[in-house]
Amino acid sequence: MTGFLQHTFDGLVNGAFYALLALGLAVIFGMLRVVNFAHGAFYMLGAMGAYVLLAEFGVPFWWALVIMPVVLGVLGMALERAFVHRLARLDPLYNFLLTFGLVLILQDLVKSRYGVQSIPYATPESLGGSVDLGIFDFPTYRVFVLGFAVAICVAVWWALTHSRVGMVVRAATERPELTRAFGINVGRWVTPVFGFGIALAGLAGVLAAPMRAVNPLMGADLIIVVFAVVVIGGLGSIFGSVAAGFGIGLIQAWGVVYLADWPILSQTLVFIVMAAVLLWRPAGLFGREEAPA
Amino acid sequence: MLRIENLSAWYGEARVLREVSLEVAAGEVVTLVGRNGAGKSTLLRCVMGLHPGQSGAISLDGRDVTRLPAHRRARLGLGWVPDDRGAYASLTVTENLTLPPRVGPDPWSLERVYEAFPALHLRRDSPATKLSGGEQQMLALARVLRMGARLLLCDEPTEGLSPLLVQQVGDLLREAKKHGVTVLLVEQNLHFATGVADRHYLLAEGRVVEAMDNSEVRSRERELLAYLGI
Repeated sequence: MTGFLQHTFDGLVNGAFYALLALGLAVIFGMLRVVNFAHGAFYMLGAMGAYVLLAEFGVPFWWALVIMPVVLGVLGMALERAFVHRLARLDPLYNFLLTFGLVLILQDLVKSRYGVQSIPYATPESLGGSVDLGIFDFPTYRVFVLGFAVAICVAVWWALTHSRVGMVVRAATERPELTRAFGINVGRWVTPVFGFGIALAGLAGVLAAPMRAVNPLMGADLIIVVFAVVVIGGLGSIFGSVAAGFGIGLIQAWGVVYLADWPILSQTLVFIVMAAVLLWRPAGLFGREEAPA
Repeated sequence: MLRIENLSAWYGEARVLREVSLEVAAGEVVTLVGRNGAGKSTLLRCVMGLHPGQSGAISLDGRDVTRLPAHRRARLGLGWVPDDRGAYASLTVTENLTLPPRVGPDPWSLERVYEAFPALHLRRDSPATKLSGGEQQMLALARVLRMGARLLLCDEPTEGLSPLLVQQVGDLLREAKKHGVTVLLVEQNLHFATGVADRHYLLAEGRVVEAMDNSEVRSRERELLAYLGI
């Protein structure tokens, strides 16, 4: 029983990263209809940035947690203005190629400077050690990651459902043309939403630095699973992406333990789940079929 | 109030409007009648600024809006009532009503909307697509009245509605007209059209072929119905 609870907690912590990344992908896809292939690269930049800030400038974790999302969010907005925006009218494939090319460039830039070896990043002192959760001890940092990610997801959800900006984003996501006809300048919201999605990826990266291997390829390994998460939750569905993020974290954690004798199965479990969900609900668990424009 | 000059529009290679010119005076209710495919809906979309392939000129209160994007036109007082009723599934009924900014001098308050449409008040926190077809149509009309739009562009607001609801739509448009609201209406139901409108334009193959008043439509009702294929 204790073992099961421990795996469950591990799964939720991993799910927290999936949820933060999927959430960013979902808001970007919803508003721009762009599948941001570079999302994993920005996650990597968040972690690398935290390392560089600490190693070169002595900037501690807590500041990195604020600085990197802001820096990457601004970078994301510039990217949207300079490139993504110009390709928006064309086939979605163009933006797919653009963001994929960006992954290669960003990865190689980081590789040429810092190599491919994983870099250690110390857990912030205040979050060291472990906490007793009653039945077992759990590393304090992981408890923090889970709580922080859940708080962010809830805050984003609340803002989307309770604020005027959130209402406009929902309307523009569902029916962009109709929303313009109601006097709303949809184009004005596209850039900040893109930047916000990227900032969430950067935030996840900073959170990952103390507990994951920091290297140029860390995002590439993760993003494939995150794409599966987004598809399972339903493309563009905010709630679906977060729920599926935590769900897939759990399924993976349980699979590794309880399917240990069938490693092939446990490694492909996510994609088996994805295929099953798509057969059952082609638009994903919480997705809606695209309405006509 | 609205002036359209030599408006032509295309869908790809296909020309759906040919040099259409017409005018709607402030406070008037004017309908566009014609067969399916005559270009009525495209004409409304051009006025709203939602149809990219067009030439000609559109002006509002003497101001040329031909190059203005849709959201700027809405802020000048255009109220869009689309043929599919435009209910947002991801917004509640109240949010559907309050999404557009107030643009006119005499917008309805939310309280007034709910007083006039108790059914919407009952479902105010439900997703708008959970409403019945008739309720969604009321929502679409209530939304532009809450905006305070001065010129309503209504694309077949009575389509698929029960006679009782058709009457309610008619009452609402007459009430709006009484308060000085101008309406450009696409309508197949001639009986309804003569009940609410002042004048009518008959469109055929992308052209305005006739301009008629109510008495003319009434006296030629059979001929027109046969022509429209209803």
